[in-house]
Amino acid sequence: MPTYRPGPVSLVIAAIVALFLLLPLLAVIPVSLTPSRMLAMPSGELSLRHYRALVEDPRWISSILLSIRIGAVSSAFSTVLALCFSLGVWMFQPRFTAALVGFVLLPMVVPPVVSAITLYFLLTSISGFSSFFGYDTWLGVAMAHAVMTVPFATVLMLVSLSQLDRRIDLAARGLGATVWERATRIIMPNIKFGIVTAALLSFVLSWEEIGVTLFITSVNAITLPRLMWMGLRDNIDPAIAALSVILIIITVLVLAVRSVVVRLRGAQ
Amino acid sequence: MKAYLSDRTGAALLMAPLLLFLVLAYAWPFLGVVKWSFTLPTPGVGQYDALLTDALVQSVFIRTLRIAAIVTIVSVAAAYAITVVWVRGSPVQRVVAEFCILVPFWISVLTRAFGWVALLSNRGLINTWLQGIGFISEPLALVRNEFGVIVGMTHFLIPFAVFPLASAMRSLDDRVLLAARGLGSSRMRTFWSVFVPMTRSGIIGSATIVFVFSLGFFVTPAILGGGRSVMVAELIYLRIFQSPDWGLGAAISVVLVLFVGALMALLFRYVRPRQLV
Repeated sequence: MPTYRPGPVSLVIAAIVALFLLLPLLAVIPVSLTPSRMLAMPSGELSLRHYRALVEDPRWISSILLSIRIGAVSSAFSTVLALCFSLGVWMFQPRFTAALVGFVLLPMVVPPVVSAITLYFLLTSISGFSSFFGYDTWLGVAMAHAVMTVPFATVLMLVSLSQLDRRIDLAARGLGATVWERATRIIMPNIKFGIVTAALLSFVLSWEEIGVTLFITSVNAITLPRLMWMGLRDNIDPAIAALSVILIIITVLVLAVRSVVVRLRGAQ
Repeated sequence: MKAYLSDRTGAALLMAPLLLFLVLAYAWPFLGVVKWSFTLPTPGVGQYDALLTDALVQSVFIRTLRIAAIVTIVSVAAAYAITVVWVRGSPVQRVVAEFCILVPFWISVLTRAFGWVALLSNRGLINTWLQGIGFISEPLALVRNEFGVIVGMTHFLIPFAVFPLASAMRSLDDRVLLAARGLGSSRMRTFWSVFVPMTRSGIIGSATIVFVFSLGFFVTPAILGGGRSVMVAELIYLRIFQSPDWGLGAAISVVLVLFVGALMALLFRYVRPRQLV
């Protein structure tokens, strides 16, 4: 079958773009190995001191643990809410569906800085009543992250539901299954891949969230991106380079495994 | 009892929690922000007046629009080039292109901004190297200015620009291109007069996404602009946290939302949402 392939000019331009995309990711590697205490290229000897700092400095460890906790809670919360909402949309196709879905997607479309000031307003208002839930608390951050990630989870759920054959649900309904049985025994097993993906994406988005977090935390709830931000703004700390290298390696490994899995599935 | 649930109550019960959550945690506080913009520091439309007269605020708005326009053009063009290879290249080319698009896409905005700091700063890779080979004696100012902001934002937004373009290119019928070639059109001409016009909806979609994202961009300009090349989002942050002027920060946010909303409405008049995904 003849196909239309890109010519040499397209390939050269695409290669330049590819290089541009990878360059900053590669640049952090030499910086992470510098023996200097400041941002600099290593001249001569290499050192792993900045990697050691990540393990030894309690600030890094506690912020990593905090980010994991916030990610897990906000991801569980937004996945459950998005799942219920999407099931409602799919099973009952209520009127005004488009408007309701549009409303749910708002935090994804509105400029993040506006969501940030909105959530700042919310959490400072709550702080008036409660000291463990509100501005600069981990629960407050988790709730704000849930607001920001729930549209993405909903989109993934709706997409995987849209690929589901309605007739299996109609059959179950015709055979007398209750709403609860249809949802938990017919529909959910068929979209479990979508549910897991939504939970993972929500976790990742919360794990790297900075735009909103910056507005709603000050000294107590220091997530990992928030700590990186502090290290980037003041005196640039090369430990960030070491951390970046680790995060990049994890990303590359996950994507590589994923593409192998996808290819193996396709081959079957 | 559940068996007797009517469709309407069933839907309401399932959809209510999320809707309630977003009304309480998003819609209501947004109205609070709108209220701030009319009441702080004094009731009235003073803050909106200031937006129209304050020279600093206006220069920030103009800079934001300028940077967003440049970033949009560069990102969409660059994304187009790599998407062509991702969608239409040989199997090996596709894998390489996919890797170059998805790896940066999944890496956090902070890491990527930091990568550019490592490349562009005075003691960074590029300046160290250029000085090493004796090409320059003083480091070039590549960061803490508009150039750095544009480079960093373009880098961040290229993967987002790729997705609408890819779906437009995937849905394109190969036979039209082969027909053009078969009728004697050159590679260049086939590309510019057949391929590009047929991906128009993808170009519009990706340009809108990039432009809208750029308008509200915060992290990259704040790090690579180094406080000298302030964009709207950073101005809001500064008004809230540094020179506490919540009313002005809120007013700028409201204007930003209205502007983005108008842009989206304009987009959906010309392109159906389905064509974008």
